Amino acid sequence: MALVLEQVLNGVQLGVMLFLLAAGLTLIFGIMGVINLAHGSLYMVGAYAAAFVAQATGSFLLAIPAGLAAAALVGMAIEYGVVRHLYARDHLDQVLATFGLILFFNQLVVLLFGRQPMFVQIPPALAGAVDLGFFSYPVYRLCIIAVGLATAGALFWLIQRTRLGMLVRAGATHRDMVQALGVDIRLLYTVVFGLGALLAGLAGLMAGPLLSVQVGMGEQILILTFVVVVIGGLGSVTGAFAGALLVGVVDTSLRAFLPGLLRGLMTGSEADALAGGVSAMGVYLLMAIVLLVRPKGLFPAHG
Amino acid sequence: MSVIKKAACGLAAGVSILCLGGAAAAQEPLKIGMVTTLSGPGGYLGQDIRDAFNLAVEMGGGKLGGTPVQVLVEDDALKPGQGKQIADKFMKTDKVKLLTGIVFSNVALAVVPDVLDNDGIYVSPNAGPSTLAGKECHRNYFVVSWQNDSLHESAGQNANNLGFKKAFILAPNYQAGKDALEGFKRMFKGEIVGEVFTRLDQTDFAAEMAQIRNAKPDVVFQFHPGGAGIAFLRQYQQAGLIESVPMVVPSPSMDAVTLKAVGAPALGLNVSAQWNSDFDNPASKEFVEAFTKKYNRPITYYASQGYDTALAIGAALKATGGKVDNAEAFRTAMLKADFKSVRGNFKFGRNQHPIQDWYSMRVEKDDAGNPVIRTKAKILSDVGDSYAKDCKL
Amino acid sequence: MDEPRTPAVTKDAKPPRWRAWAPYAGLLALVALPFAAQALGQAALTTLATRMVILAIAASALNIALGLGGLVSFGHAAFYGVGAYAVGILTTHGASGAPFLGFIPGSELLGVNLLAAMLASGLVAGAIGALALRTSGVQFIMITLAFAQMLFFFFVALKAYGGDDGVSMRRRNALPGLNMRDDMTFYFVSLAILAVWLGISARLFHSRFGLLLGGIRQSERRMQAIGVSTVRTRWLAFVLSGMGTGLAGGLMAVFGRFVSPDMMHWTQSGELLIMVVLGGAGTIFGPVLGAFALIGLETLLAGWTEHWQVILGPALVLMALTFRGGLARLGRRREGP
Repeated sequence: MALVLEQVLNGVQLGVMLFLLAAGLTLIFGIMGVINLAHGSLYMVGAYAAAFVAQATGSFLLAIPAGLAAAALVGMAIEYGVVRHLYARDHLDQVLATFGLILFFNQLVVLLFGRQPMFVQIPPALAGAVDLGFFSYPVYRLCIIAVGLATAGALFWLIQRTRLGMLVRAGATHRDMVQALGVDIRLLYTVVFGLGALLAGLAGLMAGPLLSVQVGMGEQILILTFVVVVIGGLGSVTGAFAGALLVGVVDTSLRAFLPGLLRGLMTGSEADALAGGVSAMGVYLLMAIVLLVRPKGLFPAHG
Repeated sequence: MSVIKKAACGLAAGVSILCLGGAAAAQEPLKIGMVTTLSGPGGYLGQDIRDAFNLAVEMGGGKLGGTPVQVLVEDDALKPGQGKQIADKFMKTDKVKLLTGIVFSNVALAVVPDVLDNDGIYVSPNAGPSTLAGKECHRNYFVVSWQNDSLHESAGQNANNLGFKKAFILAPNYQAGKDALEGFKRMFKGEIVGEVFTRLDQTDFAAEMAQIRNAKPDVVFQFHPGGAGIAFLRQYQQAGLIESVPMVVPSPSMDAVTLKAVGAPALGLNVSAQWNSDFDNPASKEFVEAFTKKYNRPITYYASQGYDTALAIGAALKATGGKVDNAEAFRTAMLKADFKSVRGNFKFGRNQHPIQDWYSMRVEKDDAGNPVIRTKAKILSDVGDSYAKDCKL
Repeated sequence: MDEPRTPAVTKDAKPPRWRAWAPYAGLLALVALPFAAQALGQAALTTLATRMVILAIAASALNIALGLGGLVSFGHAAFYGVGAYAVGILTTHGASGAPFLGFIPGSELLGVNLLAAMLASGLVAGAIGALALRTSGVQFIMITLAFAQMLFFFFVALKAYGGDDGVSMRRRNALPGLNMRDDMTFYFVSLAILAVWLGISARLFHSRFGLLLGGIRQSERRMQAIGVSTVRTRWLAFVLSGMGTGLAGGLMAVFGRFVSPDMMHWTQSGELLIMVVLGGAGTIFGPVLGAFALIGLETLLAGWTEHWQVILGPALVLMALTFRGGLARLGRRREGP
């Protein structure tokens, strides 16, 4: 029982990380209609900037704003320099351009920081594990869950309750009308892109001490993020949240429990190999099933 | 996406010096083709092999075994197709006969047969897949590093020596991962209480940590090279497992670069390898000093293999007078392994893979409190691999 | 709503005269290439060009789904890989003599194996298409990607055929009467296959089926109204496209004597897409141009600097921003907004 609870918590933690990436991606798609393959690069930028500042200053507290600012600024620069010119084009040109950006950013990181992965220390205050009654759990992972949930709350408030959020919602469905009312839609787009980049950067800087800060880290998580966005429904932040938690929990559970289940049915090593294969395909299977039942995802943004 | 990159003579800063060295001699330099992985997460492996190989050439004044050489380097980007294309270009356009450099087994399996079929010679500084070690062994194919399985067999033996009885073992769900678990099990005498295949691109291991804790092993063996290994170790420590369950790993899971990225959580880790930077022999000391002076970064065992590969080629060239046209003469010279390996004992077995010693190491604090890998004891002496007996050479 | 607006075969007013000659000049250059390479002592150019030609077949096949049918597939590497594995598996069994799955005899003949590659990839494309075509737009992009990823992980875990290390073949498949070991011969065989494939594509583009597809791409509802089974037409285009890509994959396997899951990686799908977009979606020669341009650019830049991606990346961005409609439409009058 404790094991099941612990694994669910692990799934939630993975889901929260995915949500931070998926929220930006889905907003950018929903509002501007852009497929941004370079979203993973923003995650990498956040992680590298935070790792660099943490290493230079020894302070995790300084690393946080550095990671966020770097990701947001790079994001807005991408919007201003490249993506802005692709709003009216079809998805193919967007795929081509943002694929080019991935190559550029990956190699730029090699030029700036070298090929060796960066060292990131877990902030000493968050190291260690805490006893939750049934089991002990790493403090840092609990923090990620808390930060992720708080960010999700703030994002919902921002979108539902503020003027910016109102413009965002209106801009997604009635672009021309919003513009006719005198809103600078170009500025709005830049801001939203920057916001999405900021969230990706937040995920990246939090992932630093947990994973490995290295070239190509963005692409590893990018595809999974796309799965989340599509399952949730493009353009829907609620959908991204639900999709992220679903993917996180399903993925973790498959890895955690499938080998045990299969071992009851066949010999050990065969079961392990099969379980490994099935759990790798699991989230993609989940996405295929969701799309076949609900072609627009769980929470379609526009009707 | 795809990738090739070339650091041919004079283009990349690191290579330019040796080109000048070669040009000084009246003789046309011998071209050596290096196909290696320089981009993506595995890029630092190829970089170390290349830099150490070039270092050996530089230390010889632009020569290997008295023969002026020119090293052509291109990046295979861990793509087998790309590697083939580069090797093809080296052989046909640049008329290269002697190739080396490949880091990963899947690239080696695609490229090496092509090289051999075109009467080329291949000397491996890293990958040593089992397919090419047994029945398919070849007169013109030499491995200076190790046969892949040896890494994990030595870890299994290390676990025995340390007195562990119940092991939980993990590796990614691909061929090298499966070989890793097989290799460990071949040597480990205790009980396997859990066996998990992780995903190829997995970076979050929370679910596996919970499984390990639940299985209550007294040792964990894991094979996750590069970034995944860094993530695994960090999460292992964060889950509070490092205090309760010791870990035994083969060298790819804990090299000097990984150690630098992981830091303190690696303390107490048991590693097995054929070389470490603290080896107390003159060849190793000379290499470590020269590498540190030139590159000033942690030295991985990949670098030592690149260096040894250059020395081995140099020894063969010395005996043949710098000729590689007569493959049989080159082979005879190569098999003598008449060079001072940084590892100490080194010779080639019948399948032209190494027969060497394996050592156990432990991650400890140095005087300044930083984690370092320290050599502890010899685990295995003069061992080859289990495929040599199928080789008919 | 997400239909690409790139037109199919466009009926431009008066194209410049050189455009009409360009394909023939290109073909002539391709035929002369290996001889020139030989004369210049650059024999490796022939094998590089072979790779380009094979990828051009794949890109051109993707173009049937993408340019003609408006189906943006981000999973064509799956068909490329399945075709390659079909050849790899049959060749292995042909060499060992043991039948595949106990009843399918292996083969080392090029013709047989390439047909098998097309059949296998066609079957896979049929299954994936039947499910994926229930979605459209971005969801279609992503569901094709998802299926390709599933197959990728399947082959990575497939220990019987090498898993991640792939399958190596002892020798190239045979074509009676020709020495396939010779790289120049293989180049011309590949070029001939490309020519035949382009011929079929051109016929297809102008056939009733091609016109139907173009119609569906522009307005599905209108075509439904006049009684066209739009789902079936699209499915057929997807399957044909998958078969062509499988053919290219099979040919690449024979050429390299090697197959690995790496051929199914999502970046491979991305590269095929880029070739089509770069060259010009919906044109007959565009994908060929795109394949040559992309591989050529990569090789050139990589020979120049270790950090070539820092240049290729922005170059792709620039192309996306400036060449509307791809290389094949340069020199044509731009249609529409």
